[in-house]
Amino acid sequence: MTQLALVIDLNVCVGCHACVTSCKQWNTSGSAGALADLEPYGADPNGTFFNRVQTFEVGQFPHTQTVHFPKSCLHCEDPPCVPVCPTGASYKRAEDGIVLVDYDKCIGCKYCSWACPYGAREFDEQRKVMTKCTLCVDRVTSTTLPKAERKPACVLACPANARLFGDVHDPESVVSRAIAERGGYQLMPEWGTRPANHYLPRRKTEIRVHAEDLTRVDNPLKLDGQQPEHPHHTPGREDFAT
Amino acid sequence: MKPAFSVIFLTTLLGAAQGLFLTLFATEVSALGQLSRADSQRLLVVGSLVALLLSGLGLLASFFHLGRPERAWRSAAMWRTSWLSREVIALPLFMLCVSGYGAAHLLGSGGTVLMGSVAVLVCLALFVCTAMIYASVRFLQEWASPLTLVNYLLLGCASGLTLATLLAALLGLATLVTPYALAATLLTALACLTRGASLLRNARLKPKSTLQSALGIKHPKIVQKAQGFMGGSFNTREFFHARTAALLRSVKWAFLLLVFPLPLLCLAIGVAASSTALLVLAFALQYTGLLAERWFFFAQANHPQNLYYQTIS
Repeated sequence: MTQLALVIDLNVCVGCHACVTSCKQWNTSGSAGALADLEPYGADPNGTFFNRVQTFEVGQFPHTQTVHFPKSCLHCEDPPCVPVCPTGASYKRAEDGIVLVDYDKCIGCKYCSWACPYGAREFDEQRKVMTKCTLCVDRVTSTTLPKAERKPACVLACPANARLFGDVHDPESVVSRAIAERGGYQLMPEWGTRPANHYLPRRKTEIRVHAEDLTRVDNPLKLDGQQPEHPHHTPGREDFAT
Repeated sequence: MKPAFSVIFLTTLLGAAQGLFLTLFATEVSALGQLSRADSQRLLVVGSLVALLLSGLGLLASFFHLGRPERAWRSAAMWRTSWLSREVIALPLFMLCVSGYGAAHLLGSGGTVLMGSVAVLVCLALFVCTAMIYASVRFLQEWASPLTLVNYLLLGCASGLTLATLLAALLGLATLVTPYALAATLLTALACLTRGASLLRNARLKPKSTLQSALGIKHPKIVQKAQGFMGGSFNTREFFHARTAALLRSVKWAFLLLVFPLPLLCLAIGVAASSTALLVLAFALQYTGLLAERWFFFAQANHPQNLYYQTIS
């Protein structure tokens, strides 16, 4: 069975918010209607977004890391928001595992949002229904878009390629390989919701700098006597390279 | 969570209506107070009408919670999985049963005990549905406890009995006032114990989710630097009460006083001095206290999604 999902690489996300704006652009222009913003130019603007990038500082100064953390609906394999819906407006598609809201059936009781531990659902104050990330279902199932563009808008927008899209149930897919090879994990595993979206952890990036690399790269005979550098007469790293 | 007044009114009004109905039926079955036929009929008809009125007001309040009230009829569809859907079925059913029960007494037709028994079952089912809407959300640990169900049941019965005491006094049924007041005292005391237990439990709760599990980063020190936007969103509107801890504490002590000792004091003096005004005050205080109690019930619940929305920037 197919389970479409995103895999988000925290190691390369630079926090540019391109996925946020492209998501908003695509979904606000879609057939389901605009994602309402309340008083966008007022003193207290309020808006509906399916995707956000948050920033966290991990560690104690000076040993800190800045982690940019994109968050959207995780399309859980056992979505707690679906069974609580009194009308059946909230559902998980059998064919590709996308969790969706039928905007024509939703009564706007907001109960599903209480039942989502991730805060993935957003009530649209203009349409008065619950909305959420659709994994750009209209893009990924499109038959008119070019093949390369049948991906969520956020994935196409990411300049760092931090967002991978694919079927996490297919062990050969790009996303499954990334999860397996790079320790992909799920958020809040303690609730047993089994999110389909995974995150790839930060990796330690090391650059080895040898002292001689800083002074001279190619000087096999150690004959460079020009100032201010002194000629090296002891064997250097390149003497052992082969 | 941000307290939703529509739901606060719905649950408190329903609780009082259900408690009142249970009291009426218990009175009929046990032949409490040795009422004359006419008196009994008067009490049961008027009482059913009041219970119906309260639950109708509750139903009305619930519509204000919906973004699309015109589609409310759809919400009976998913009764197999959703407690909310089950409540949507149980509430009109309860109102129907109470109407039937009251009408049967009004018309003097037989079978009232059978009708009442069915209504009692529906009434108890409604208590379960209402409470389980909250108790079944496992992410809200303050709610996810059997105590939630017990509290809804006992607080509903307590307020219903206080109202029944007032009703008996207004209808001039002196033989019922004292036993009702005693029962109200007992139920209020019991509810005080269980609500106190849930307050103690919630004070000792350890959140299951942490910033570490929310991000999947296992470092003890993580600080949010930006939530991704400067304005508001549904996440900041719906899940934060935006009140100070001091206000929450005040509301807690206010409801502990208003729901439990003060109405009991008014009941005791009211019954001893045969003062209807004090009985009115008893119910008014307890109902106001229950509004505060339900407000606190919401405000105290801490949703795990709040972990993601700690710092604007």
